[in-house]
Amino acid sequence: MVAVTPETGPNAAPGTDAGQAGAQDSGVQELGMPDLGAQLAAAFDAAVAADERVEPRDWMPEAYRASLVRQMAQHAHSEIIGMQPEANWITRAPSLRRKAILMAKVQDEAGHGLYLYSAAETLGTSRDELLDKLHSGKQKYSSIFNYPTLTWADVGAIGWLVDGAAITNQVPICRCSYGPYARAMVRICKEESFHQRQGFELLMALSKGTEAQHAMAQDAVDRWWWPSLMMFGPPDDESAHSAQSMAWRIKRHSNDELRQRFVDIAVPQAEALGLTLPDPDLKWNEERGQHDFGAIDWAEFWDVLKGNGPCNDQRINQRRAAHEEGAWVREAAAAYAEKHVRTESEARV
Amino acid sequence: MTQNWPLWEVFVRSRRGLSHTHAGSLHAPDAEMALRNARDLYTRRGEGISIWVVPSTEITASSPDERDPFFAASADKPYRHPTFYEIPEGVRHL
Amino acid sequence: MTSTSGTDVVRTAAALALGDDALILSHRLGEWAGHAPVLEEEVALANIALDLLGQARVLLSLAGDEDELAFLREERAFRNLQLVEQPNGDFAHTIARQLYFSFYQHELYAELAAGDGPFGPLAAKAVKETAYHRDHAEQWTLRLGDGTEESRRRMRTALDALWKFTGEMFAPVDGVEVDWAALEQRWLASLTGVLDRAGLALPEGPRTGAWAAGAGRQGLHTEPFGRMLAEMQHLHRSHPGASW
Repeated sequence: MVAVTPETGPNAAPGTDAGQAGAQDSGVQELGMPDLGAQLAAAFDAAVAADERVEPRDWMPEAYRASLVRQMAQHAHSEIIGMQPEANWITRAPSLRRKAILMAKVQDEAGHGLYLYSAAETLGTSRDELLDKLHSGKQKYSSIFNYPTLTWADVGAIGWLVDGAAITNQVPICRCSYGPYARAMVRICKEESFHQRQGFELLMALSKGTEAQHAMAQDAVDRWWWPSLMMFGPPDDESAHSAQSMAWRIKRHSNDELRQRFVDIAVPQAEALGLTLPDPDLKWNEERGQHDFGAIDWAEFWDVLKGNGPCNDQRINQRRAAHEEGAWVREAAAAYAEKHVRTESEARV
Repeated sequence: MTQNWPLWEVFVRSRRGLSHTHAGSLHAPDAEMALRNARDLYTRRGEGISIWVVPSTEITASSPDERDPFFAASADKPYRHPTFYEIPEGVRHL
Repeated sequence: MTSTSGTDVVRTAAALALGDDALILSHRLGEWAGHAPVLEEEVALANIALDLLGQARVLLSLAGDEDELAFLREERAFRNLQLVEQPNGDFAHTIARQLYFSFYQHELYAELAAGDGPFGPLAAKAVKETAYHRDHAEQWTLRLGDGTEESRRRMRTALDALWKFTGEMFAPVDGVEVDWAALEQRWLASLTGVLDRAGLALPEGPRTGAWAAGAGRQGLHTEPFGRMLAEMQHLHRSHPGASW
């Protein structure tokens, strides 16, 4: 699943990466060479302003680096945690065609996690380090995955709404100022073009199916609509890192802009599906040329983010267990590699 | 005992006649597994017909800063590029 | 209604046997999603599961409607080997199961691909996939067998535990035109070769249990299989006649 990286807001737990990377630090003091530092900073700012890409070994402000690592890590974590709610239905998929699609999709998510961890590694942070931070709760993943997939229709709702929201968020990241992140996103967006479509098609089949299937689809959309809107992160005036991220061109549009874009795209799609969106205030605003929509329950958002969502513990426990139970396998392969490299080099001598 | 697998850079030839290009990286315990992981990860949509894997630590790079003057010199030798030369219209095969 | 010829009945039964093997093993591998020891292996196991599911769909479609066959048959009507329905266990058990099965399937499909029987075209495509599955199992067998003490112990345990399900693989299947005795010899030889390189011995003990010989092919399965099917079929069966 495409996952997004909502800008963690002011309530982020202190001590997490999200909480630390706020203020800009030019890195000048560390260098102890104010002139050179200032020059580097100016060159960096100019390059970013000119829409040039920053590459791994370029000089960059420490805060830019920290912000990118935080965002790429959160994005990667979201991909691999995001496998769980969908994998929950692989063994119960109701047709072999759907089963193949779902397996391929969950596999893509593992692959996308890998691309993103690789992109983060270009900044000198190893995947193991990032996984440790995920497992210990120091780094977050998209809160949406703390909601459960209760019925088969949830697989469709995730594809249509969650992936739809994520794509809206991700397409602009293909032009992110940091080269490796932008390149990973280009690959991810290309591969994910089928993810949203399969969700839409799945829901369409249910909506046009039996009464029970239609009800299942409607129920799923009712449950996933609001959390999907929350995926864009807190409103612009409450988003801690948004402004800086936009100045650095890590981010291209504000949370609220992207959320509005998503709502405007989703409304006609819901009509085509024959399903309603659970918002009585949702209506076209002629004057703005956009849809108005109801108030989002941000208390719920923060609560889920803090760990009180329906599946927070379950997701992280499964992730940790897979990692811990896999330790002996990773050790075995490493031991084998070491033995055989040694044997080979001994043979050469 | 370490469980940490080294990082490998992956280069994929997308079809015959093209050179291998950098596709990304991955972790693997050794070269054989790196090749297989690369096949699974970077060619699962038929993107390649040949793969190279190289330990990331074995790559020597030109300079610490990719906007370095190392490459500035070549930018001021426009005569190395065919567009430098004016050819009258109508002259072909040149 | 025209009566089905004897050849068709035999061909259908054979397609079910091969198709069920692929379907059930694919399902078991699908259970790994989100649980694999390392992300790269999530991708690898899913690739194998998807290959097998693709094979299953072609084979079941030769025998009838793929979804009716997968979701509406009772446990006793499935014709897969008991080996492929065995629970995943730890990673070593999954690799041991892959080793036994992929070596068998690869030899079988290579022979079918070379022949001019009804499964030739399918086997010709599938044999490229099974070559990869075999390689995957082999690579991991080497690493687990010749890795750490723990991995070696686990691999040993897994190979022993599944050994009794391997005899059934070579009970001739009507309609599958291969030399089963020769197939078994090739299987044993290549298996011995890999285990030898991994520093592991071929398990001792009988290759068939008192109950196991040829049983899966006749619709007699092990207890975990019923639960697996309950999970797999539940949703489809809950909405009779629905399209998905």
